[in-house]
Amino acid sequence: MAKHKTPLLDQLESGPWPSFVSDMKQQAEVRAKNKEKVEFQIPQDVVEDLIGVLELSYKHGRTHWKHGGIVGVFGYGGGVIGRYCDQPEAFPGVAHFHTMRVNQPSGKFYTAEYLRQLCDLWDFRGSGITNMHGSTGDIIFLGTTTPQLEEIFYEMTHTHKQDLGGSGSNLRTPSDCIGAARCEYACYDTHALCYHLTQEYQDELHRPAFPYKFKFKFDGCPNCCVASIARADMSYIGTWRDDIPVDQEAVQAYIGGELPPNGGAHSGRDWGPFDIEKEVINLCPTNCMWMEDNKLKIDNKECNRCMHCINVMPRALRIGEDRGLSILVGAKAPILDGAQMGSMLVPFIKAEEPYDGIKEVIEAIWDWWMEEGKNRERLGELMKRQGFQKLLEATGLKPDPRMVSEPRSNPYIFWKEEEVEGGWTRDINEFRKHHQR
Amino acid sequence: MAFVSSGYNPDKPMEDRITDIGPRKFDEFYPPVIAKNKGTWLYHEYIQPGVYYHVAKSGDKVFTVRVGGVRLMSTTHIREVCDIAEKHCDGYLRFTTRNNIEFMVDSEDKVKPLVQDLESRKFDGGSFKFPVGGTGAGITNIVHTQGWLHCHTPATDASGPVKATMDVLFDDFKDHRLPAHLRVSLACCLNMCGAVHCSDIAILGYHRKPPLLDHEYLDKMCEIPLAIAACPTAAIKPAKIEVGGEKVKSVAVKEERCMFCGNCYTMCPSMLLADTEGDGIVIMAGGKVSNRISAPKFSKVVVAFIPNEAPRWPQTTETIKQIVEAYAKGANKYERLGEWAERIGWERFFEKCELEFTHHLIDDFRDPAYFTWRQTTQFKF
Repeated sequence: MAKHKTPLLDQLESGPWPSFVSDMKQQAEVRAKNKEKVEFQIPQDVVEDLIGVLELSYKHGRTHWKHGGIVGVFGYGGGVIGRYCDQPEAFPGVAHFHTMRVNQPSGKFYTAEYLRQLCDLWDFRGSGITNMHGSTGDIIFLGTTTPQLEEIFYEMTHTHKQDLGGSGSNLRTPSDCIGAARCEYACYDTHALCYHLTQEYQDELHRPAFPYKFKFKFDGCPNCCVASIARADMSYIGTWRDDIPVDQEAVQAYIGGELPPNGGAHSGRDWGPFDIEKEVINLCPTNCMWMEDNKLKIDNKECNRCMHCINVMPRALRIGEDRGLSILVGAKAPILDGAQMGSMLVPFIKAEEPYDGIKEVIEAIWDWWMEEGKNRERLGELMKRQGFQKLLEATGLKPDPRMVSEPRSNPYIFWKEEEVEGGWTRDINEFRKHHQR
Repeated sequence: MAFVSSGYNPDKPMEDRITDIGPRKFDEFYPPVIAKNKGTWLYHEYIQPGVYYHVAKSGDKVFTVRVGGVRLMSTTHIREVCDIAEKHCDGYLRFTTRNNIEFMVDSEDKVKPLVQDLESRKFDGGSFKFPVGGTGAGITNIVHTQGWLHCHTPATDASGPVKATMDVLFDDFKDHRLPAHLRVSLACCLNMCGAVHCSDIAILGYHRKPPLLDHEYLDKMCEIPLAIAACPTAAIKPAKIEVGGEKVKSVAVKEERCMFCGNCYTMCPSMLLADTEGDGIVIMAGGKVSNRISAPKFSKVVVAFIPNEAPRWPQTTETIKQIVEAYAKGANKYERLGEWAERIGWERFFEKCELEFTHHLIDDFRDPAYFTWRQTTQFKF
């Protein structure tokens, strides 16, 4: 017998898509029966109260969670987000219902054994409700009480060799795409770089020293499956600078219809026979491809590596061999002054351990942002406020036309005195000798 | 419910303390076929929606079955996922960036039993636990935020509208009929934990009433200068307000300047944005993050407001369906929704999608607004 009646949420149990309501109900039942005889450290009926308070929100059209609250584990300034219910008498099980962010492994690969260990910990000391995964990439443990935070952290670090993720004005938990582990488009090992930098910057991840949040995301190629270009303060996007290898036999196999274009991604509709002119050559954004003597030709110097031809004919075309990554900076969601896309800062850098060149750029940017950034100012906003030139000065990088989509269309250049011959100090009397008042 | 210690000693918090160890290393979780062939994959192909295989230089293949995951997931559900991984995949699995679950096997004969097993599992309420799909030129899982389930600033729920929308779009989760892949995302407020601003279709929770001021407590709960500084339009100023015959320090809001971003509420819990009638959903369209063919794009606001219609948000899901169908009918092969809208022109987009164009959709927020007005005689009737 359910503790709270939920006529509104019940309507989300039908339909084909997996129902989170059904899942929460089954969880409530498992806790109520407690076949495993778990010594629950937070209320046994926590999930019933969670369903109950959500139903109330469905009735009111408003949230019933209070504003934050400062809780955490000793020595860390992130990884735990305090959460309290604004109807604690009606839903005592979720009166204190804090979130813990658990740093996910690169690529989100798991063994069942490890996931079960996390489940055991979370059933014992928390609600058993999670997010797999949160938007930034962490495993999210949703709902525990303050006294359990240190206990969970202790068990997590001692037994499971697992740390928390970031929150607040920290380096947020870095995340990456599947990369070279199972993708032929990966131009660098996203897992290795993500893991390396996460370990390198543990202090920045756990102890808030920044003006605001800072995100790293790692995309193995310009297809950008983790959306780094839209949401990371620094996005690392794989690319290459030599030629696209072409397997001419495979090109013919695509033309002849023996191989499905785009790996069969368009199999749900009859789009007619594959037409390489229409589907590849004419869609190339730089017009750098053509057919000659039944062979596909690419003027590689003109290619901007948009990935379309490779996506369409993955068995005929491959990413080049001289691989590395581009670093784009300053992406963010709209709060406050509108959304920003990442801007190109480093067109090409090799991604090889120990990644010193990449770390130099990161640390130069952090020095500048921590010195100049205002409270709650993202890197992209500082770049807009002070200008791209200041970013170049801070990083010591040389200006490059690859950094802009076009040169400025106004001549309001902030010339510096040292750039102008003779400097700015002039003698009015000398000037007046030749120009009367 | 006796307290059970983990070994942590609150009197000596630094005793045996382990910190800064980071995540577990990725390679301990790779299935053998992945560990062996990492970095040497040659190509991939789809067998059916939700099922694909990769071929490595060694000749090895890995077959992947993708199922829709619900981001909000119980340990009971995760344990079932583990059961499946142990039964079919030697105990390995992974999650995708968009909250799907991927089960990998190393030979084709293991695919069919795995798919059948996944598709046979249903919740008591009738929905699939592990629907196979979400690949190729179709619609994959919706990435989303917390919503009313666990957040203090939402203007809509997250899991509910996502469930309702995915029910409506379910056929396209299991099909490859669209001109290109179509990404739907939901953020329950403008903070956009979900970064929906570059999605083919974005569902965004939005407030429409200026902050409700809890004058009696405002100065006790908030740093007034921080609340004032938080406002991007300088709509907040300090004020003395009479409460119960006593003058208290508080703030005043110039309401016509408020853009309802909720940044003041982030700094000050006595400036409340949530409201039953005020809150609802904005639909945005035409964004992308890929660099394929055209550059990444922001999504554009195409419907200024739809009320929160819990529990199934019918107007929201109908509007989304309308856009998807118009796109499916009109776009060229490989063309993303935003590329299609740009090719036919946004005036035609509104006509094809049967959406009303209202004054709310013309940008009036600072400099970037100007660049969205039409500065040419080229337009379509």
